[in-house]
Amino acid sequence: MVTHEDGGGHGHHQAPSGFIRKYVFSIDHKVIGIQYLSLALFSVFVGMALSALMRLHLGWPTAKWFFFKGGLMTPEQYLALMTMHGTIMVFMVLTTAPQSGFGNYFLPIQIGAADMAFPVLNMLSFWTTFLSLLVMIAAFFVTGGAPIGGWTSYPPLSALGEMAGPGQGAGETLWIIGLAIFCGASLMGALNFITTLIDLRAKGMTLGRLPLTCWTWFVTAILGLLAFGVLLAACILLLLDRVAGTSFFIPGGLVVTDQVVTWHKGGSPLLWQHLFWFFGHPEVYIAILPGMGVASHLLSTFSRKPVFGYRAMVGAVCGIGFLGFCVWGHHMFISGMSPYSAFAFSILTMTIGVPSAIKTFNWLGTLWGGKIQFNVAMLFALGFVSLFVSGGLSGLFLAQPSLDLYLHDGYFVVAHFHLIMGVAAIFGMFAGMYFWFPKMFGRFLSEGIGKVHFWLTFVGVYAIFMPMHFLGLAGHPRRYFDTTAVGFLGPLQPVHVFISVAAFITISAQFLFLFNFFWSLKAGKEAKEENPWHATTLEWSIPSPPPHDNFGGVEPVVYHGPYEFSVPGAADDYIPQHLAPNLVRKA
Amino acid sequence: MLRRQEERGSTSVALAMAIFLVLMTVVTVYIFMAKVWWFPPAITNLGHEIDAQFVRTLLITGIVFVAAQFGLAIAVYKFRDHGQKATYFEGNNTMEILWTLATVVLFVGLGLYARNAWAQVHFVGASEGAIPIELTGQQFAWNFRYPGPDGKFGRTKPELVSASTGNPIGLDPTDPASKDDIVSPVAAVPAGREVELILRSQDVTHSFYVRELRLKQDAVPGMEIHIHFTANTPGEYELACAELCGLGHYRMHSVVTVMSEADYEKWLKDQAAANQ
Repeated sequence: MVTHEDGGGHGHHQAPSGFIRKYVFSIDHKVIGIQYLSLALFSVFVGMALSALMRLHLGWPTAKWFFFKGGLMTPEQYLALMTMHGTIMVFMVLTTAPQSGFGNYFLPIQIGAADMAFPVLNMLSFWTTFLSLLVMIAAFFVTGGAPIGGWTSYPPLSALGEMAGPGQGAGETLWIIGLAIFCGASLMGALNFITTLIDLRAKGMTLGRLPLTCWTWFVTAILGLLAFGVLLAACILLLLDRVAGTSFFIPGGLVVTDQVVTWHKGGSPLLWQHLFWFFGHPEVYIAILPGMGVASHLLSTFSRKPVFGYRAMVGAVCGIGFLGFCVWGHHMFISGMSPYSAFAFSILTMTIGVPSAIKTFNWLGTLWGGKIQFNVAMLFALGFVSLFVSGGLSGLFLAQPSLDLYLHDGYFVVAHFHLIMGVAAIFGMFAGMYFWFPKMFGRFLSEGIGKVHFWLTFVGVYAIFMPMHFLGLAGHPRRYFDTTAVGFLGPLQPVHVFISVAAFITISAQFLFLFNFFWSLKAGKEAKEENPWHATTLEWSIPSPPPHDNFGGVEPVVYHGPYEFSVPGAADDYIPQHLAPNLVRKA
Repeated sequence: MLRRQEERGSTSVALAMAIFLVLMTVVTVYIFMAKVWWFPPAITNLGHEIDAQFVRTLLITGIVFVAAQFGLAIAVYKFRDHGQKATYFEGNNTMEILWTLATVVLFVGLGLYARNAWAQVHFVGASEGAIPIELTGQQFAWNFRYPGPDGKFGRTKPELVSASTGNPIGLDPTDPASKDDIVSPVAAVPAGREVELILRSQDVTHSFYVRELRLKQDAVPGMEIHIHFTANTPGEYELACAELCGLGHYRMHSVVTVMSEADYEKWLKDQAAANQ
């Protein structure tokens, strides 16, 4: 268990003694990090359960199941599952775990700080996130059920209320409110991360000595600060359209199932799409950048080699962050947007492939000439690289409007974003979890169970998502309840069965992880050394788990870059960042 | 203790990883090359051009895909921990510049190359003699409208819309131009003639998608969006809605039939007779 008793004795750094202040309304960044990770762990299993139900239906649409009324799923149930799967996975898992979870726990420690810059704000941002999760989940239990408009929630479908379909009433309202609350929480978190990284770095921790994990958390926080404000505004406008009779997104003259909508006019459905994707595209990088940081960090650590091209890596992260704000229009090639801006967005999007390619080259360069150790953390980091390549390359098709004309809103897109922002990001999280678990909890995750978990998951995700490209080539539109109404979809049903079987095997494998997590917490092998991986960054210079104020009241001093592995002339194959030059043992 | 175990196990894990990466790559490339699942044949000149651009993109991404996955497989196996020392190097600026430039040329070049196909649909409008057809989406049906012999679309009014009484798009009978308008849930199109499609929606956003035309375009309420195409090959082609529009999205479906000029004229006459 985490202990906080041996705090350094600095007034406000004193560990609180009551259970509530220590574990519930804690202002310790480490406890908050674990709270975020727990929230994401709960959410990922909810999101996965929703996808299991969808795959059950897609694989065997006519089979009867006792848990559906009348044995069969209805179209609105399917769309509600799809909407909530996307929402929960994107916001409650991909946005929280890599950044707010691991970032909260390890950013302050890796830069040598005792806590985040604003500990109370940090606590507030977690509990605000928690509130938004409750509000969203409540959407399942109101009349009409959860919304059916997808995680992108395009108006007018999302703006007209119940008349547009079941779930578009109270469920959709709760969804929007939940999302708006989440935006608030993310803005608080982003401010805190940026301030902490700029202000609280230890002596000697120059920007050029920051671990790449910190660089990615920093750039991600900047993206969050600029993107979530826009989504918050969009959510407020959409809410006003629904409850206050405004018409930001609803044009005049609509007729919904023979009923004339006289109370709206003058709005633009495209406005929402611009606002949403101005947030939505940077969001992709919010999900994936921390994974890139973890992958870079682990590839270097476990090939016992410096990161290849550290400066190029930092440049690529910043480049991806910047370009990420210039490409939102590629989600709107078929929306009716000006074809000239579509072309400009296309070229900008092709450009973002360049820093992504730089990262891939540098990862291979990092491995090249190394001494690679295959623990589970490293396996997931290697898996990340493979998935990032596979998921990223399909983006080059979708970035071209002429090809997007065919592929848009189809399974090719589903394959693309699941591989890159879904599973690649999740592989980054698994890598981080297997790597940092001993630091966080003082025990190792089981390597044996971990290997089985890795292989089933790695083979499984490829078996699920690769075939979806082919469904997309055959023209299968996404968000389809079944394949019965359109003639050319019928022959594709066997592919759906294959994907569903692969999905159930992969989902089952995640229970191995869950078991490993809780079993290792209690009975895992103890991490007696401070630095069992022989790593270089500051979290490995303090006990596992770290004391309440991280460095026992002593501010660490940093002398080295973050990836000093196998340095010629040194006796050990790693030089910790905090080791004074005169203490480095000579060969 | 932990490290020793890893060194012993590292060859088999490295081999397994390398083999999986190679297998996954080969199988993926094979399925793409054998065209096990593929586009249906295109029926427009634009469609052929898009297919050619797809193949070009597939070639370039395919080479990068194979190189990266094989590179990873080789690195993983070759540099597994078998007791050697890691070599120390922090990077190579020449290589960074080289592969940055190479990807810029490759990726941006590909994007510029694709301009032509896009320009054909969107930078120029339909030509003078194109047949205008209006397509209106509503939850969960499509309605095509032909202007009839007068060449003019009659007025429509939202308050007149009544799918149940046979006026799904709200034609105003007091407008003389609306008298000869033909409204049909399916479309007929003469082969080899250009069609100008005017997309509208009554309620939420829908999307016109015919695979063989290689075209997809949202129908957005409050907007009128014009696209155009010339279908060359007679046949029946399915139209599927491609933008989530509510619970019946998956069954919002229609058919576009490409036929000879004579059959088309006959079809129009039959429709006009049925409309009276």
